[in-house]
Amino acid sequence: MTPPHEPSAPTQPTTPLTHANTAAREALHSRRAFLFKLSLYLNGVVGAVLAVPLVGYVLGPAFKKTSSYNSWVSLGPISDFPEGQTRLADFRNPVTTVSDGETGKVACWVRRIEGEKFQVFAINCAHLGCPVRWFEQSRLFLCPCHGGAYYEDGSRASGPPERGLFEYQYKIVGSQLMIEAGAMPTLANEACAKKPRPLVNIESQQPAAPTQQANDAERSSAWPA
Amino acid sequence: MASVNKRSNSQIKKTYEWFDRRLGLAKPLTEAAQHPTPERSASWWYVFGSAATVLLILQVVTGILLALVYSPSAGEAWGSLQFLNHDVTLGWVLRAIHGWGSDFMIAIVLMHMVQVFMFGAYKFPRELTWIIGVFLLLLTLGMAFTGQVMRFDQDAYWGLGIGASILSRVPWIGGSLVHLLLGGPIIGGQTLTRFFALHVFIIPGTLLLLVGLHVWMVLRLGINEWPMPGRIVSKATYEREYHELTEKNGIPFVPDAAWKDGVFAAAILLAVIACALFFGPFGPTGQPDPTIIQTAPKPDFAFLWIYAVLAYLPPDLETPFIFIAPIIIIGGMLLLPLVAGEGEKHWKRRPVAVLMVSVIAVTLAIFTHLGTYTPWSPIMEAWSAEPIPTAYLQHRSPLERQGAIVLQNKQCRDCHALGGVGGMRGPALDSIATRMTEDQIIRQVLQGGGNMPAYGKALSPAETRALVAFLMTLREKNLAPAVDASRSLAHSGAMHVPVATTR
Ligand code: FES
Repeated sequence: MTPPHEPSAPTQPTTPLTHANTAAREALHSRRAFLFKLSLYLNGVVGAVLAVPLVGYVLGPAFKKTSSYNSWVSLGPISDFPEGQTRLADFRNPVTTVSDGETGKVACWVRRIEGEKFQVFAINCAHLGCPVRWFEQSRLFLCPCHGGAYYEDGSRASGPPERGLFEYQYKIVGSQLMIEAGAMPTLANEACAKKPRPLVNIESQQPAAPTQQANDAERSSAWPA
Repeated sequence: MASVNKRSNSQIKKTYEWFDRRLGLAKPLTEAAQHPTPERSASWWYVFGSAATVLLILQVVTGILLALVYSPSAGEAWGSLQFLNHDVTLGWVLRAIHGWGSDFMIAIVLMHMVQVFMFGAYKFPRELTWIIGVFLLLLTLGMAFTGQVMRFDQDAYWGLGIGASILSRVPWIGGSLVHLLLGGPIIGGQTLTRFFALHVFIIPGTLLLLVGLHVWMVLRLGINEWPMPGRIVSKATYEREYHELTEKNGIPFVPDAAWKDGVFAAAILLAVIACALFFGPFGPTGQPDPTIIQTAPKPDFAFLWIYAVLAYLPPDLETPFIFIAPIIIIGGMLLLPLVAGEGEKHWKRRPVAVLMVSVIAVTLAIFTHLGTYTPWSPIMEAWSAEPIPTAYLQHRSPLERQGAIVLQNKQCRDCHALGGVGGMRGPALDSIATRMTEDQIIRQVLQGGGNMPAYGKALSPAETRALVAFLMTLREKNLAPAVDASRSLAHSGAMHVPVATTR
């Protein structure tokens, strides 16, 4: 890498300026300018080599596949979740590290429809990720941030969210309810893998049919929605 | 005595000369300080920039002092802030000054920007000064956002969640961007250290560098002259005109103009200290434990307007809006001096500029105000905390009273106010029966619509009947209930043949 003519450079004796050595100085100058340029290129190359680990270090988290963070965690025995109810559960995130402290904890909503049929919803609103709260009496999830609302099956009810709640994949192992969790659920990581939507979604397709007041409904022909 | 003074004076002078011989800073610094300023520019309108710089220095100093104690670890940050607040001598004052200093800095930077815009100071040859100023504004906001993360509490945690959710909407690379922002798959240890590095190294470093450039250009190009209607900026003549202005009736910046900067900066610092002592530090609110979900996260003051905008955008417009709007806004600010680099400077001759500033200011103010009381958010405790006004229950039938209980138990109050208390997400119900007929109310309750979820599955037939009976009594000032005009027509037989049968 070192330029081959290096040693000959500084041995020029300092003599008073004459025409003869002006030309020599010119030549020397052009040689030094060339060497300077060379040093710039050299540093450019070294810089590029150095950039690989630096940039790789900074961008590291971006290159890992989201799904590679996911693993199965237990939410406890299914007997903790009474049928027909929606309960808050929490677990330690499988990807957590020592420095995470309490931020390594995660909450989620577990709805036991019946028997071994569950829905496990992410706590994060599908709008911008605030923690949704379940309201048993009105059978709604409400978001404190911008007022998003979801029905008990997680489908969108109203407000800014453009879709229903994120759902975790679940399975039952022995008597344990397990979910596949890891990366924070967002629109880019919808928590649940592509699976056929459970039957609850079919219900929510139709607007809740009035179960009563048949007479009233008859009487008042369709109102503008 | 006099000779002693003289001797020590000459001693000081000698030392000074010893240093200046080596530093050589006295001459350029004096020249810079005394650079000629147009006389009318020595105005109280021209003090915001220097005040912003002074606040930046305050933030750097208090920030470094806070870093003596603060622990940038997700497991410890919240505790170290409590420690600062309660155990470290004067720790709370430092936190308060740093927090209020941040709010003041944003306010002053914005005022500076508006003043520069209104006085046309961004025009030739100061275009680049403005462009760097735009980046300084963005960096200042970046400091405010990352600073909010440093206060590692519930708001910070969910604020990061909002940031991550916004990024996740970027097409294709959204997921990677989220992980880049969070430093991993979740909001946790690496997120806080990342934001710590941004808040104490990267952003302030860039900020100081750009402030240096900004000030250097102000010195090089001179302080903007006082605009006059009709005095047109043109690239051909401006520099000569400005030169004449400063040569003829220019005054040295120090001390003739700078005393106002000094007084204003002191007043602002005093205001920061007063707010800090009077209102105390910001938070931290609850600890950053994501399993504590009884929280209504809210951003700091400077970002409340964004929070409000996000609540009002229709779902399908939201993603395009949050990515295109910032590009347009920032792009517009950056391009401004390039497209309007010449012409009139005085605001009287620039009606569009005045209109723009007023519209933007009013819009920001309205959204910020909405952000302070979030009318779009359900009030989660209203159903169990706020009783129905007694007047609404007097002289009511048992069914109607039962309906009032249903209204309360089904959490209708979380979104609907009665007697002025309750959520504001839906309309207040005090006079609902004068606006909607019974049929309309039934339909709305069961099927929802507009911004209301359907309650068909959450109400039994009996509950619905009782609820509607109660709602029908809600007629303020005893106005007549709403009637369905078509029904009376149908009864009177006015609607004969075709209409009634189209079903
Ligand atoms: S985050 Fe839930 S509505 Fe916006």
